[in-house]
Parts: sequence; structure tokens; C-alpha cells
Amino acid sequence: MVYDLLVAPFVEFPFMRRALVGGLAISFAAAPIGVFLMLRRMSLIGDAMAHAILPGAALGFLIGGLSLGYMTLGGLIAGFGVAIASGFVSRTTLVKEDMALAAFYLVSLALGVTLISASRSNLDLLALLFGSILALDDPTLVLIVAVASATLLALALGYRGVVMECLDPGFAAGVTRFGWVFHFGFLTFVVLNLVAGFHALGTLLVVGIMMLPAGSARLWTDDVSSMIAIAVPLAILANVTGLLASYHLGMASGPAIILVAGLIYGASLALGPHGIVRRYFPQRHLEA
Amino acid sequence: MSDPILAFEDLTLGYDRHPAVHHLDGRIEPGTLLAIVGPNGGGKSTLLKGIAGRLAPLAGRIVNTFPHMAYMPQIGDLNRDFPVTVFDLALTGLCGRRGMFGRISRTERDRALEAIGLVGLSGFERRSIRTLSGGQLQRLLFARLMLQDAPLILLDEPFTAIDQRTIDDLLEIVARWHSEGRTILAVLHDLELVRRHFPQTLLLARDPLGWGATSGVLTTDRLETARQMAEAFDRRAAECHRAA
Repeated sequence: MVYDLLVAPFVEFPFMRRALVGGLAISFAAAPIGVFLMLRRMSLIGDAMAHAILPGAALGFLIGGLSLGYMTLGGLIAGFGVAIASGFVSRTTLVKEDMALAAFYLVSLALGVTLISASRSNLDLLALLFGSILALDDPTLVLIVAVASATLLALALGYRGVVMECLDPGFAAGVTRFGWVFHFGFLTFVVLNLVAGFHALGTLLVVGIMMLPAGSARLWTDDVSSMIAIAVPLAILANVTGLLASYHLGMASGPAIILVAGLIYGASLALGPHGIVRRYFPQRHLEA
Repeated sequence: MSDPILAFEDLTLGYDRHPAVHHLDGRIEPGTLLAIVGPNGGGKSTLLKGIAGRLAPLAGRIVNTFPHMAYMPQIGDLNRDFPVTVFDLALTGLCGRRGMFGRISRTERDRALEAIGLVGLSGFERRSIRTLSGGQLQRLLFARLMLQDAPLILLDEPFTAIDQRTIDDLLEIVARWHSEGRTILAVLHDLELVRRHFPQTLLLARDPLGWGATSGVLTTDRLETARQMAEAFDRRAAECHRAA
């Protein structure tokens, strides 16, 4: 019974196994990235960046058809272009990072839509927007796992720098001239993960697996490393549960994963030690 | 090795072409404990920003051969909601030495604990910085400064909105730094405190009005002149052609 419910789908169907592997890889990398995005108050930046990537991927499709290489390259170019341009603008002018990014991604989006409609192609926008985790082929899976591995390695090496850039950017600038390396390095991995993830979850939903576990983890702990340690398993839980739900209930799998992540977030919001229940039913205060 | 130099050569710092520090010349001897006083908008913070390299001069230059410095801005970029402990924040003081990758040794961790003790925050090590009061945070930032172990220390209004007991504690640390031969520049408003604890003073009201032994600088006449400084920029001010 439990076996039929939880294990059989993955044993019997290769596409479920591939989806599981892809989902796990994305969880390991995207959740920590999401924690840092959240702590930098850049939770919406992932979304903006995803919008910037969309036209690049679409353009790749127009040039090379439904090819992993062209679409990935297009997404990367658009994502990095927007990230670098907005990073440069926010560091050299009075315009802050959110406005700088908003400007570039809006232009990128408009440009992409213009090009696509001008070409009158039969691009399946829905697949681009919401992904196809049940149809991951080998090269795509390799791309996703490679990006996840690189992300984890880079985060492990650059952890202190990324934390410092978040915690006290002014201080970081005083002690090292290379603060920007960590900043841009971090944005690089945001883009990489969004691009790798969009093949599975689509450009828009991939942001969900980044941010929702991070937001959930925030409600359970007050320490950045524990937050990562909580966000990753939550992302994995959402992936596995979402896939199973989509299998048994016949739901679209990408949205199902994000919906489960949303449920976890809702539960954390209610029950976490920094959540709503504690807020309205506090424990008695202490003596000192 | 020769003594490090910190000198200003006809230095003008400011914003949008308007000077906030105007034609400052002078040299700070190593081991100096210097108070910088003057009215709001007199250029005190601007001068520290210039020394810290956060603001490029409009004219003139700053010569600084100190190998490294510690700078505590008036309003820092510290993200107080960031989930780290008091101990971890103190440890960030080691980032200058250890960089972003270097290992932090057992001894250095002990030094961090010692610094936290010296600023009177023993028992706070595992507390989240979010839960600290303004004064406690200021103490913690001093602990971080101690770990930075810099020969040149810039403090921008370190004692503003701090209770007397904390000020006394922090002044003791400043005195210790001074006795260790460090060079310290502190922007301050409490003239009594400056008279009691700071041998040297720079009175800055856009133009330098006095620089030297504190008793000679903080005279009634000079303070009155400083008070007269027009704070607002004159939007129709002519271009300055004062000779260097």
C-alpha cells in the first residue's frame, strides 16, 4: 500500500525517475540560493530575472528550434546581460538595484515578445513558462545536475563572502576589494539555476522552488546556516510529494511541486516558532 | 620600516561640486588620538569617508600609507535583520586578515570571545544580533573593531545615543588602542568628553578652523565662528579658484 503510493511510480516509470533526479538536483542548489536572495531582500529579483530569461530562451528557440543548447544559451545571455547591466548601473549611479533590474528586464521582455510575434512561430509558450519535468532527456538532466553541483561547490567556497556581502556590504567593501566578485558570482548562480531549472519547471515556476522553501525555513530558525539546512529538505519534500501528487491525481507536475512547496510555506507560516500561532499565542515571558 | 603617513594636501571633498571639506592641509602623526568636532554639515563624516576611500576628492589628495584601517561609519550598512549571532558578527572582524577564504583558528576564536568580554557582552555570544539594543550593538561593533586589529581606526560618532556606562567602557578601549600606538580619528559632539580624553582636536566647519592641542582649538572664539557656518549649500556659489 505504502509502496504503491510512494515508491512504485518511481520504480515503474523511467520518466518519473528522471523527474525525481532533476527535482532533487534543483532542490539542492536552488533552495540555498533562495535563502540568500531572501536575506538580501531580493525575493522578487528571482522573478524579475526569470522574466528576463524568458525572451532569451524564446529567441534561442526561434533560431535553433526546440534545442537544449540554443534555448539554454539564449536564456543565459539574456539573464547575464540583464544581471551585469543592472549590477553596473546600481553600482555607478543613484539608481538602486531593484529599479535597475526592473528597467532592463522589462525592456528584455518587451523585446522578446516583439521578436516572437514578428516571427509568427508556433512556439509553445506554455512549456517555456511552466516547464516539462516529466519530459527531461539525458542532456537536460546532465545540465541540471552539473549546474546544481557547481552551485553547491561555489556556495561552499564563497560562503563567507556571500554572507558578508549580505550582512554588511559596507564593511565587506572596507576589508576586501573583491566584494563585487561575490555579488556578481552570486547573481551568476541565480541566473544559472533559473536557466537550468526552467527546463523542468518553466521560467516562472522555477522561482517557486527557490523562494518558497527559503521563506518556510525563515520561519523555523534564526540562523543562516540552519536556514539552508532546513530549506533544502523542504524543497526535496515538495519535489517528491509534488511528483507523487501529480502522478496519482493526474495534476500538471510542475505546478503540483510548487503547490506543495506553497502548502509547506503555509504550514510554516502558521506553526513555525517565528510564525503566526506563536505571535498570537505567545509563551509566558521569562524572568530575565 | 618608516612610519605610515596620513596627510591631506589641499583636500576638498564634497557632493555635486559643493565642498563639504574645503582646502584642508595637514598631517596626522602616527599614534595620534584626534577628535574631529564641528557643526552638522561641517564635513566631519565626509572627511572620514574620504580617508576610508568611499568618496573621491573634488580636489587635492589624501596620502595614506597605513597598510590597513578600520572604519566605523555613523550609519553603517549592517543589515540588522540578518540572522547571525553576536559571536559570528564579531568574527567578521577577522575578514580583513583572513580574507573570505582563510581558516579561522582556535586562538582567533578565543580572541573573539575575549573581545566580546571586553566590551561587556559576555553571555550574549549566541544571541541573534536582531535582539540587541542600540548600545549593545555599538559595543559589539567595537569588539569587531578590536578583532580588525588595525593601525588606523576611524570612528564616526561612536558614542551617539549611548549611555554613560557604555561610553566609559568604550572610552577605555579607545585609550587602550591609543596606548598600543594606534592612530585614532573620532568624530564627536560632546566637547567635555573631547577635552577630557582627546589630546588633539580638529575643528571643522567646512573650512578647518583649528587643528592642534585640544585646549588651544576649543576656544570660545573659534567655537563661535564654527557656529556661524552657513549649513546650506549656496546654489549660486561661484567656482572656487583659491590657490593651493
